[in-house]
Amino acid sequence: MATESVNHGRRRFLTASTVVVGGVGGVFAAVPFLSAWKPSARAVAAGAPVVAPIDKLNPGQQLVVAWRGKPVFVVRRDEAMLGTLAGESGRLKDPDSANDDETALPEFARNSHRSLKPELLVLIGSCTHLGCSPKLHPVVQPEPWDAQWKGGYFCPCHNSRFDMAGRVYQGSPAPTNLAVPPYRFEGDVRVVIGETEAA
Amino acid sequence: MGERTSTMTGVLGWLDQRMPVMDFWNKHVGQYYAPKNFNVWYYFGSLALLVLVNQIVTGIFLTMHYKPSAAEAFSSVEYIMRDVEWGWLIRYMHSTGASFFFIVVYLHMFRALLYGSYQKPRELIWVLGVVIFLLLMAEAFLGYVLPWGQMSFWGAQVIVSLFGAIPVIGPDLVVFIQGDYLPSDSTINRFFALHVVALPIALLLLVVLHLGALHEVGSNNPDGIEIKKKKDASGKPLDGIPFHPYYTVKDLFGAGVFLTLFAFVIFFEPTFGDLFLEYDNFAPADPLVTPAQIKPVWYFTPYYAMLRAVPDKFFGVVVMGAAVLILFLVPWLDRSPVRSIRYRGPLTKIALALFAVSFVTLGYLGLQAGSETQTLVARICTFIYFGFFAAMPFFTAIDSVKPVPERVTMHD
Repeated sequence: MATESVNHGRRRFLTASTVVVGGVGGVFAAVPFLSAWKPSARAVAAGAPVVAPIDKLNPGQQLVVAWRGKPVFVVRRDEAMLGTLAGESGRLKDPDSANDDETALPEFARNSHRSLKPELLVLIGSCTHLGCSPKLHPVVQPEPWDAQWKGGYFCPCHNSRFDMAGRVYQGSPAPTNLAVPPYRFEGDVRVVIGETEAA
Repeated sequence: MGERTSTMTGVLGWLDQRMPVMDFWNKHVGQYYAPKNFNVWYYFGSLALLVLVNQIVTGIFLTMHYKPSAAEAFSSVEYIMRDVEWGWLIRYMHSTGASFFFIVVYLHMFRALLYGSYQKPRELIWVLGVVIFLLLMAEAFLGYVLPWGQMSFWGAQVIVSLFGAIPVIGPDLVVFIQGDYLPSDSTINRFFALHVVALPIALLLLVVLHLGALHEVGSNNPDGIEIKKKKDASGKPLDGIPFHPYYTVKDLFGAGVFLTLFAFVIFFEPTFGDLFLEYDNFAPADPLVTPAQIKPVWYFTPYYAMLRAVPDKFFGVVVMGAAVLILFLVPWLDRSPVRSIRYRGPLTKIALALFAVSFVTLGYLGLQAGSETQTLVARICTFIYFGFFAAMPFFTAIDSVKPVPERVTMHD
């Protein structure tokens, strides 16, 4: 037994290569476990468009529809509500929807009323801050969060404020305006949320 | 390996020759010498262990009836409350235990700040303790989601969305954590797995490490002096007493007082006026309607108030995270030559008092709706909170100190 001639170089090489190969194997073994956390095929498939009737929606009324599990607000704005939009620009973070690419604003909503038809507002009712659902406070009256309130949305979680086009007010923790989902109308009767006109 | 001979006979002797039973007992209990001047602040470590045991035991029984699915979770909790024999008691022990856990842990941490228990050579004990605190926050959050009430759902929505503020990977990370595009069935299922298996195992391991590190260097005390410096002829610390029977009996008394208060809350005030169990959580989760007044459970409200005080999404999340992570640095921020508050000067006392007041104030503000005045106060308190840590290297270095005695102050 030649015990005195230990080949340290070979020992180091074998140890190092075992660690490297084992480490690579460990990374590959982690893939299925991490992937198991991603949305399942069933969750992905649940994102189909939804259809909501709007013919019975009166001016000033809001309808809440679930799309991909999130609330979508459909509001028929009256003349007074539309009239408030222009005057508020100075107090908004992003009055002209300049940063709305982040929330994938549909092209048809890139206008002063942020909607396909001026009177019908369709918004994803999920605050761009941390995802709570803002509440509609349509009445023009002094509110605890704003003495010059012109009507709009107020988020109860962290006090973000939005106007009657879902545009965020300065001083709100929400970084961007409320998102607009892709949608199209079937005549004046129904709105289809989740797809646009013959895209 | 030489054979150890045990002084024990019988079954214990048989075991002791095959496993270091007596060594372990002596090192950690029978001959673990703790300073004899422990005061009331020193109850909270053993009480934290007691609550941990309570959470594990009651938790095991709750899993026997609870259904981790979005469709059944809420009704299975109501089933436990109404139909399972003594289910209401087990559930209230668990939910009240969560709040008491944080009461005990906050006091335990404040004790360390008072007496400099994080200073050399006890930095590792403190660091491990902060890791336990972090895991405990995660564990409490996951557990709060499980009943799938309104607060569970919207709490999950907000907390998970915090990760969405991370640049680039944020939005995908949120979907990854939820396993869906919103908190859903897959979210509650995986939160259940983490809450009952993964995190409890990690917590237990860390508690073992926390105690292992403590018993290696020995306990600090209200005078902040090393009892190992003064030993008698047999090598025992002059100001030390064996943990058993002295501190086992003391801790048993503490446990008695604690359990009395605990039982009072369980039997008479289990919701503790909306603080321990929020009223909105007695309504099933509705993904379309956020409750009008949303707030976390009381033990998260100081951090929640800081999040809300910052009018920017990313920076708010950074402030909230930094408020917890900054605790890791405390052993290296404190430059004082003495440990205990008893021998420190007025600067440290004022700073610590301001810190404590701002933390409690933030906790109160986090429960409120958040008017303009409240937001202003929250910003001032957030500033004081971080200022305490930022200024610590300076005020501890220049502060006057009193002479520290050789022996603990109550020795005879």
